[in-house]
Amino acid sequence: MKDTPLSNCERDFLLKAIEEKKRLDGRQTYDYRKIKISFGTDYGCCFVDLGQTRVMAQVSCELVAPKENRPNEGIMFFNIELSPMASPGFEQGRQSELSVKLNRQLERCLRNSKCIDTESLCVVSGEKVWQIRVDVHTLNNDGNLMDAASIAAITALCHFRRPDVSTQGQEVTVYSPEERDPIPLSIYHMPISVSFAFFQQGTYLLVDPCEREERVMDGLLVIAMNKHREICSIQSSGGIMLLKEQVMRCSKIAGVKVSEITELINEALLNDRKARKAGGKCGFAESMPQERITALKKDETPVEMTDVTETANGIIQKGEAAPQTYPELNYKLGYKACKKWDTVLWHSFKWPAGGDVVEISDSEEEEVVILNPEVPEKPK
Amino acid sequence: MAGLELLSDQGYRLDGRKATELRKLQARMGVFTQADGSAYLEQGNTKALAVVYGPHEMRGSRSRTLHDRAVINCQYSMATFSTAERKRRPHGDRKSTEMSLHLKQTFEAAVMTQLYPRSQIDIYVKILQSDGGNYSVCVNAATLAVIDAGIPMRDYVCACTVGFVDETPLADLCYAEESGGVSSLALALLPRGGQIALLQMDARLHQDHLETLIEAAMTACKGVSKVLDEVVRQHLQEASVLTGE
Repeated sequence: MKDTPLSNCERDFLLKAIEEKKRLDGRQTYDYRKIKISFGTDYGCCFVDLGQTRVMAQVSCELVAPKENRPNEGIMFFNIELSPMASPGFEQGRQSELSVKLNRQLERCLRNSKCIDTESLCVVSGEKVWQIRVDVHTLNNDGNLMDAASIAAITALCHFRRPDVSTQGQEVTVYSPEERDPIPLSIYHMPISVSFAFFQQGTYLLVDPCEREERVMDGLLVIAMNKHREICSIQSSGGIMLLKEQVMRCSKIAGVKVSEITELINEALLNDRKARKAGGKCGFAESMPQERITALKKDETPVEMTDVTETANGIIQKGEAAPQTYPELNYKLGYKACKKWDTVLWHSFKWPAGGDVVEISDSEEEEVVILNPEVPEKPK
Repeated sequence: MAGLELLSDQGYRLDGRKATELRKLQARMGVFTQADGSAYLEQGNTKALAVVYGPHEMRGSRSRTLHDRAVINCQYSMATFSTAERKRRPHGDRKSTEMSLHLKQTFEAAVMTQLYPRSQIDIYVKILQSDGGNYSVCVNAATLAVIDAGIPMRDYVCACTVGFVDETPLADLCYAEESGGVSSLALALLPRGGQIALLQMDARLHQDHLETLIEAAMTACKGVSKVLDEVVRQHLQEASVLTGE
């Protein structure tokens, strides 16, 4: 099915907010959303939450014949599935543009950078090698699938353990996990991609765009780096024109972000290892938060309060300049009507110059600043 | 590839070029009569054909019409005989789709699509012989084809692939250099304003070298733009002589 189109009001609102360096969820320009990494019961299964974006990666392996031109290297296969579960706009089975883009970007980020030692995956040269398959499924799309997918893929690869094999001449014995402990893959470095969204022809840039921001962006720059400050891949997309300085600045920001994320991944892997050693329960079911209503508690929403005092003062100043009385409208205020209320003013309402009025509502919302010509009252 | 020295001590590459030297660029415009614009471009041993149809009415899905600008539709394909091993799937596989998307993105930035609302411009590029730098050669060929079709553009779009070996940037990579595991950067540039229409890099490169590499790519692209400009002027001269102006 088709995605609901974005209205012009919403688009203008988002762009205006971005011009004033404000984001919908209160983040700063270079802030990432909260990243949460959890693991499944099997080795190689990893869930990543980037804000509300949720992806799952699973690594599996299989013994196959190697490619003809590379007889002593293992095979890596990457696949990102955009399932309709994640977003109404994704269609099952069809290879949409986004799907091709994400797949190619993940391949370039992980395969071309040679983060995995493929030669260690060789069992019998020319005959049997391990084929490592990374499947990433998108579970919820709230923007920036690329970063979430890259974090999930590399974490799953670090978490994965392949079965141990031994060769006697031409015979290959694959040991099951009960017989011999499975061994981890040899990973050289962890490339992680960082996405930058550009707005207004490259004037404004945001890191980690959410879904709404992605819809209004002009273009995207994805830089994949590892913590050693090596750039593994850069890809610019969308019809934007960049300048060299912008690219350099983005690469510096990416370096900082990548080291933070790498630390987070290592911590998560360490915690998981400890949990498994201690024999604790681990898995997808355990990672879901226990939803028990024990108290009425809501998440705190960050509200911009820095200039509330100035704005309120400004309104009050203007209010004192031209007080007007509308006694005949008192009845509209319902039970709240009382003669001493002379003016009602919304906190974002511009004082009209000509003296016409306008909007009176009898709702009890907190934004209403009620003024008396003599004594300004604080909003409840 | 082990054993092949991509940059010798005297500063010569595998094909005898110096580090900043581009391959020989030859091009022809107006090769086909049926198409609105066409061009054939050779850069070293990489040969590409580009054909442009448009601007014309939106074909296919009417729903994709944009009310304020033209839609650019690109298709990239490689001839089955273009590579050393016969290509089994010339188009429709992921790499070709990705290339088509990149070409589309590059030209959306450069072509003045606001002049043709509700229409479509088709750009078809085919690689006849692939010897490295596929994307760059396609972009250069497509630029000439778009100019031949008379579609206004903001500037020439010039592209070049550069690699980084032994702390030196190598301009215009050939296939042997590309597959040697060298970090390669493909850049599409509008030379006059120095604006980057597309930037693509694979393989590991330390952040400190990024600036040098981008600089080298921009210089190489400016070199390409000079050659393309020559070709266009030459073609115009020939055409005006034929029409007797």
